[in-house]
Amino acid sequence: MSKDLSGNVITANNLLDGTVVYMSSQFKWVLDINNAKVFSNDTSIEKALIHANKQQHEVVGVYSIRVDQTDAGIKSKHFREQFRVKGPSNYNHGKQSEVL
Amino acid sequence: MYNYTEFDDAFIKARNSQFRNQVKRRINGNLTEDEFKPLRLMNGLYLQLHAYMLRVAIPYGTLDSAQMEKLALIADRWDKGYGHFTTRQNVQFNWPKLTDVPDILDALAEVKMHAIQTSGNTIRNVTADHFSGAAADEVTDPRPYAELIRQWSTDHPEFQFLPRKFKVAVTGSKNDRAVIRAHDIGLRALLRNGKIGFEVIIGGGLGRSPMIGKVINTFLPEADLLPYLEAVVSVWNTLGRRDNKYKARIKITVHEHGVEKIKQLVEDRYNEILSTFSGVNHELLEEIKSAFAPPVFKSKGTKYFDIAYKENAAFRSWVDTNTHTHKISNYSIATVSLKAHGKTPGDATSDQMRQIANIARHYSHDQIRISHEQNIILPHVHKSDLPKVYNLLKSKQLNTANIGLISDIIACPGMDYCALATARSIPIAQEISMRFDELKLEHEVGHIQIKISGCINACGHHHVGHIGILGLDRAGVENYQITLGGDATETARIGDRAGPGFSATQIVPAIERVILTYLKVRLNKHENFIHTYQRLGIAPFKQALYPKESQSPKIQKKTYAA
Repeated sequence: MSKDLSGNVITANNLLDGTVVYMSSQFKWVLDINNAKVFSNDTSIEKALIHANKQQHEVVGVYSIRVDQTDAGIKSKHFREQFRVKGPSNYNHGKQSEVL
Repeated sequence: MYNYTEFDDAFIKARNSQFRNQVKRRINGNLTEDEFKPLRLMNGLYLQLHAYMLRVAIPYGTLDSAQMEKLALIADRWDKGYGHFTTRQNVQFNWPKLTDVPDILDALAEVKMHAIQTSGNTIRNVTADHFSGAAADEVTDPRPYAELIRQWSTDHPEFQFLPRKFKVAVTGSKNDRAVIRAHDIGLRALLRNGKIGFEVIIGGGLGRSPMIGKVINTFLPEADLLPYLEAVVSVWNTLGRRDNKYKARIKITVHEHGVEKIKQLVEDRYNEILSTFSGVNHELLEEIKSAFAPPVFKSKGTKYFDIAYKENAAFRSWVDTNTHTHKISNYSIATVSLKAHGKTPGDATSDQMRQIANIARHYSHDQIRISHEQNIILPHVHKSDLPKVYNLLKSKQLNTANIGLISDIIACPGMDYCALATARSIPIAQEISMRFDELKLEHEVGHIQIKISGCINACGHHHVGHIGILGLDRAGVENYQITLGGDATETARIGDRAGPGFSATQIVPAIERVILTYLKVRLNKHENFIHTYQRLGIAPFKQALYPKESQSPKIQKKTYAA
C-alpha cells in the first residue's frame, strides 16, 4: 500500500554557493530532499523555521514548502520546488541533479 | 569605446573593495542577510532559484574583444563555462559562489566593467540601438549620449533610492531597434537644421501594466539633454508612488497625472536646475564623442564575398538572413545568432565568446554589440571578410541563419533560473524553434518575432512580440497566455490577449495553429505575419486557437491532434 502523507519541509539556499538545501531530522542542512525532515503540524513547522532562521551563517532565504511523502520519496507539491530539486531543465547542470 | 579616466578606475576600485569587505562581514556574521541584501543587489548580485546570479552591465550593449574574453574567462574560472546575454543588453552568470564574487568584480574592473546599478531602484544600464555606429539609417551614433547618461546616472546621489527602477534607451535611427517606446525614457536623436536634438518619450514600460511611452518633447536640443533628463527623473522621484510598488514606475505617474501636467512640471524643474549645470556636461560630451569616433574603414573590393555568395548556398543563406546594411559601402553589420535550434536563447559558451572576440579583433574593428534580442553583433565587417567570419562562426556552431525568423525567439530565464518566475520560458522557446525547424517552415513563415516571458514582469518583452507568450502559475500548473499583434518598433503597440491560456504541452501546438493560419490567410509571401495581423485583426487567429465548436483549450488539443 502506498504512503500518501503530506507535510512541510524547510528549505533555503547555502550562504556560500547558493545551492538549494533542506533541513534534516538532525537539523542539519542537506542537499537531497529525500534526507529532509517532514514536519506534519503547524507548531513543529513554526519551531523549525525559527531554528532555521537562526542559522544565517549557513543559509539564506529560509522558507517551508508543502510536500508529499510517496513511495518514490519526498515530492514537493509545487512545480517551482520540483525544479529547485532537479535544477534547470535546459541543461543537466543543476547541483541538485548531480546529487540525485 | 569610452576609456575610463583615473577617477572612474578609482571609483570602481573603491566600490569593489567595499563589497569585498561586505562579503567578508556577511560570512563572518557581522552582517545579517537583511543588512547584506541591499548591498549585494547594489553590486548586481541576486539570489535565484538554484544559486546566486551576477548581472554584469554592458553599457549600451557595447564590448570590445578584451572585454568579451574576460567574460569568457569569468565563465570558465568562476561559473559553468557560459554566460547568458539578456534583453537588457547585459550578461548574467548563473552560478557564481558568493566567496568568488569580489574576485569576479576585480576581474571585470581590469577591462573597465562592473555590475553597479544592474539592480535596485536606480537608473539602470542605459541601452541603445545594437546597430549604433554602423547603421545606414542613423543620423548620429547614439552611444556618446548613452555614455553621457551613464556617467551622469552612475552613483547620482539624488537617484539612488527612486520609487522603482528606471530604464533609459537611446537610438539614433528612425527605425527603432531599441524599443524606446517601452522604456521609462526613450530618446530618439533627430537632425534639424544641422543640429542634433532628441525626441523625448516618457512613461513607456511593459510588466504588469504595459504602456507605450508618450512624447514629452519633440525636439530637445543636444545641449539640454542632461538637465532635462534630471528634471524628468526628479519630478518622478517626487511624484512617484512609494506606497505601492506596482504603481511606482513613471508610466503610472504619467498615466495618473497626464502627460501635459508632467511636461509642465518637468519644464518648471528644468528651469530651476539649469544653472546648476555649469557646462561641464557639454565639455564631457565632446570628449566622449571623440572616444566614439568611427574606425578607419578599409577600402577594398568585394571579390571574395562575391565568389562565396555565388558558390556557397549556406553562406548565401546566412548573409541574406544575418547581415544588415552598413553605412559604409562594402561593409556589413553581421548578427551572430545565439538561437541555434533547440538551444537556450542568449547563451554563449566561453569558447564561443572567445571566438567572437577573436573575430571582432581581426574582422570587426575590435567592436561587438549585444542586442536586446539576445544576439551578438559584429558591427563593422568588410564584405570581403564575411566568408572567413562565417567559417570561423561555423566552427563554433555560431552560424545559425535565423535572424528575424521564428526561431529567433526572445526568452527570459524563466523558472529555470529566476526566483520571480511563475513558469518556464526557455523550454517553450526550445520546442517552438525545434518544431518549425522540423517542419522546414522557418523561411516560408518569414519575419516574425516571438517573445516569451516567464512572469508578468515581462523581461521577455512578450507584450511587444508579434506573438507574445506569458507563462503563469494557474493553480499550481504552468499556463501560457498568448498575445498577438504586439510591435516593438517605431510603430510600437501592445499585443492583444488572445484568450484563455494553454498548458505547457498545448502551447507549442497552439502557436503552430496560429502560424498555419497566417500561411493560409496572408495575401502573399511578402506580407509578414504582423502585416497580416494588422490587416485582418485577431479573428482568424482566435478561431484557430479556440475553434468555435469548443471553448476548452483541452478539447481543442484533441481537435488539433486529430
